[in-house]
Amino acid sequence: MGRLALKDTENPLMPRAHDIGADCCAGGATALAEIGTNQESYRDFVDSDPTAFVTHDQDGNAMLYLLVENMHCANCIKNIEETLHSNPAVIDARVNFSTRRLFVRWHEEKTVAGDLLRPVISMGYPLTPYNPDLIQAASAAEDRQLLKALAVAGFAAANVMLLSVSVWAGFFSDDMGEATRSFLHWISAMIALPAVAYAGQPFFKSALGALRNGRLNMDVPISLAVLLAAAMSLSETIQGGEHTYFDASVTLLFFLLIGRYLDRAARNKARSAAERLLLLKSVAATIVNSDGTRQTIPADAVMPGHLVQVAVGERLPVDGIVSSGRSELDISMVTGESLPVFVKTGDDAFAGTMNLQGPLDITATKTGDNTLLGDIVRLMEASEQGRAKYVRLADRIAEIYAPAVHILAALTFAGWWFFGANWQIALLQAVAVLIITCPCALGLAVPVVQVVASGRLLGKGILVKSADGLERLAQIDTIVFDKTGTLTEGRLELQNQAEISEENLNLAATIAQVSRHPLAMAISRHRQVNAAKALDVQELPGEGLRAIIDGTEVKLGNRFWTGAAKIADLEEGIGPELWLAVSGKDPVQFRFLDQVRSGARETIQKLTMQGYAVEVISGDRPAVVEQIAVELGIENWKAQQKPEDKVARLAALKESGRKVVMIGDGLNDAPALAAAHVSISPSSASDISQTAADFVFQGRTLTAVLETLKVAKTAHRLVVQNFALAFLYNAIAVPLAVAGFVTPLFAAIAMSASSLAVCLNSMRLRLERNREAR
Amino acid sequence: MNVLIYLIPVALFLGGLGLVAFLWSLKNGQYEDMEGAANRILIDEKDPDDPPAKT
Repeated sequence: MGRLALKDTENPLMPRAHDIGADCCAGGATALAEIGTNQESYRDFVDSDPTAFVTHDQDGNAMLYLLVENMHCANCIKNIEETLHSNPAVIDARVNFSTRRLFVRWHEEKTVAGDLLRPVISMGYPLTPYNPDLIQAASAAEDRQLLKALAVAGFAAANVMLLSVSVWAGFFSDDMGEATRSFLHWISAMIALPAVAYAGQPFFKSALGALRNGRLNMDVPISLAVLLAAAMSLSETIQGGEHTYFDASVTLLFFLLIGRYLDRAARNKARSAAERLLLLKSVAATIVNSDGTRQTIPADAVMPGHLVQVAVGERLPVDGIVSSGRSELDISMVTGESLPVFVKTGDDAFAGTMNLQGPLDITATKTGDNTLLGDIVRLMEASEQGRAKYVRLADRIAEIYAPAVHILAALTFAGWWFFGANWQIALLQAVAVLIITCPCALGLAVPVVQVVASGRLLGKGILVKSADGLERLAQIDTIVFDKTGTLTEGRLELQNQAEISEENLNLAATIAQVSRHPLAMAISRHRQVNAAKALDVQELPGEGLRAIIDGTEVKLGNRFWTGAAKIADLEEGIGPELWLAVSGKDPVQFRFLDQVRSGARETIQKLTMQGYAVEVISGDRPAVVEQIAVELGIENWKAQQKPEDKVARLAALKESGRKVVMIGDGLNDAPALAAAHVSISPSSASDISQTAADFVFQGRTLTAVLETLKVAKTAHRLVVQNFALAFLYNAIAVPLAVAGFVTPLFAAIAMSASSLAVCLNSMRLRLERNREAR
Repeated sequence: MNVLIYLIPVALFLGGLGLVAFLWSLKNGQYEDMEGAANRILIDEKDPDDPPAKT
């Protein structure tokens, strides 16, 4: 579970055929094989120089935190750790298999980081250094606090319940003396009071926070019930009364803490997976100092004026101006434009674009707010503020529930007092009402469903990032797609293979294999060429590839450079093209198209059938967008939209009362993702988009969107049912409490029963897994 | 009934021991890598006298 693969593998969370038990890969064979089939993704990996990320402990030893890919079994752990330990410089090396991270500490004077890690990388485990400060340690500490509270509450609940059962047994058999009962009550008090004081903190803090802001949330009645029950039980104990509710107050806390912990655990897994994806993109930049030496520094440490070197196949770490070199840049991530653009000295280049053809030297221009990224972030923040503060269903119910319960308790007190009971008795009944309206079924209603739903989605490779994402997704009626990289693969594929002779295709592939240009790669993907043929191929950025084969010149490039423009007077196609020109022969045309993402057609069809309005908003050229829209049967499409246009469109939809889900991947989609009611992005998306999105789906197929929608709707239905169950139970129990029939025994049984009913109902979401959807 | 005077503290002490053990293990980082722990039991331990394996 939780394994994150590279961009192009099948669903990474499903076990694969060769994962048989522990011995799936002798010596990392599988890992190596995987790289073999995944050349391209492997090259996409940032094998950045780790020295920029080395830190030191107090003894001066070097430390490094790394992300490890391709681990799947015990053997992998052993291989990585033993390989590192076999280096005498290493002090300790430990793999964390759940988070797929590796920590190494070594004597810096004995070896450099690069030499240390190379054996591991060459075994087929790509390593990417990361900065541990980027991972929020605060939430981990909070998790631990919650677990501690849970342990204390569990311990107290068990022991107090044990003592309470003895007391109840005493009532039934009538042979327990007052002294013994009082003694048992005192012991219960000694256990319960400290436990409530410690384990109740998460609720008390949140309740206080809400009250300070003049709001009521679910934690207010919970805190009040727990505290009043404890205080009243203490006074009963002092007076030697018959009934104490210590067991009720600690059990209530225990149940609620379980709910709270599950709520967090479900999101933690998704969060750590999403964090990983982002960390993999934390790039190091290579800068050239004034004396000509090179140095690797983290990308965020680059200053304006620095000269940054970008090798072929690397993403640009900063915005800047090209100071030397010619190349083509893949800008689809930034603008949605599916064709690469040609840059030469003096042109602007943007962070996040991929360098395709030749090495570039870039002078970093203004950093921070003035970059293109800065603009996009600003736009995103503005849209986020525009997103009305969504109030969760549970909180909306609490707004009604809390005052209702408190008024009811007050009325009970007043009623009993009015009918002549003394004030202690009246208070006892009022507290009984507070306890029996037990918020625990309500407190568990949402978290348990969330956990089951998140778990089910995680199994399908969909990460739920925001707590209320599922809830918001259940309300939507309109779906807006970005095109490049969302509806399409964001990858060009050869389109007219049928028209090209075998010989020409082989020839083109032989030349193309040296290049990282997306068009060249699309050709070489089609053919396993004999790589042993050492060819002398020249790559001319902006023009094409040139090689001399058996004395004749062969060119593969654009229509002007290959001379095809003079011969063939063809219409400009909608997609990009390449021409293969062998001297003395007619040039041959290769046409390319961005492939539609698998499952896209089926997804759009089903969504339309289910009555959702579907739209496409893209930054690409109209001809390309129209073609895809027609192919997928989407009537509403807009092309050449800037990020602000996308936001404006979403705002317009919102004005007209629509609830929109935005699905996109590029930097240019990030503001729109933040502006939409709820948002989804693929895991191949830019990191900023993934940060903005509520859901991130892995794998290549778009059907994940359908699955997410379906689970969200089912989850919503179950949550509503849970609330109904909780209210039904209250409708029965509250009159009894008001009438004074409730004893601590009855309270304990009712409380457990209602919580159990809610949990079991939520489990039905798991059963549906086997019953495939309608 | 006097037996309770002994038994209850004993029971609480044992329960508390369990609680302390849990809190210790949490603090010690035993829950940091559950999947790794599940897999590590499959790794053959080397005799500490053996030279480290060169893979």
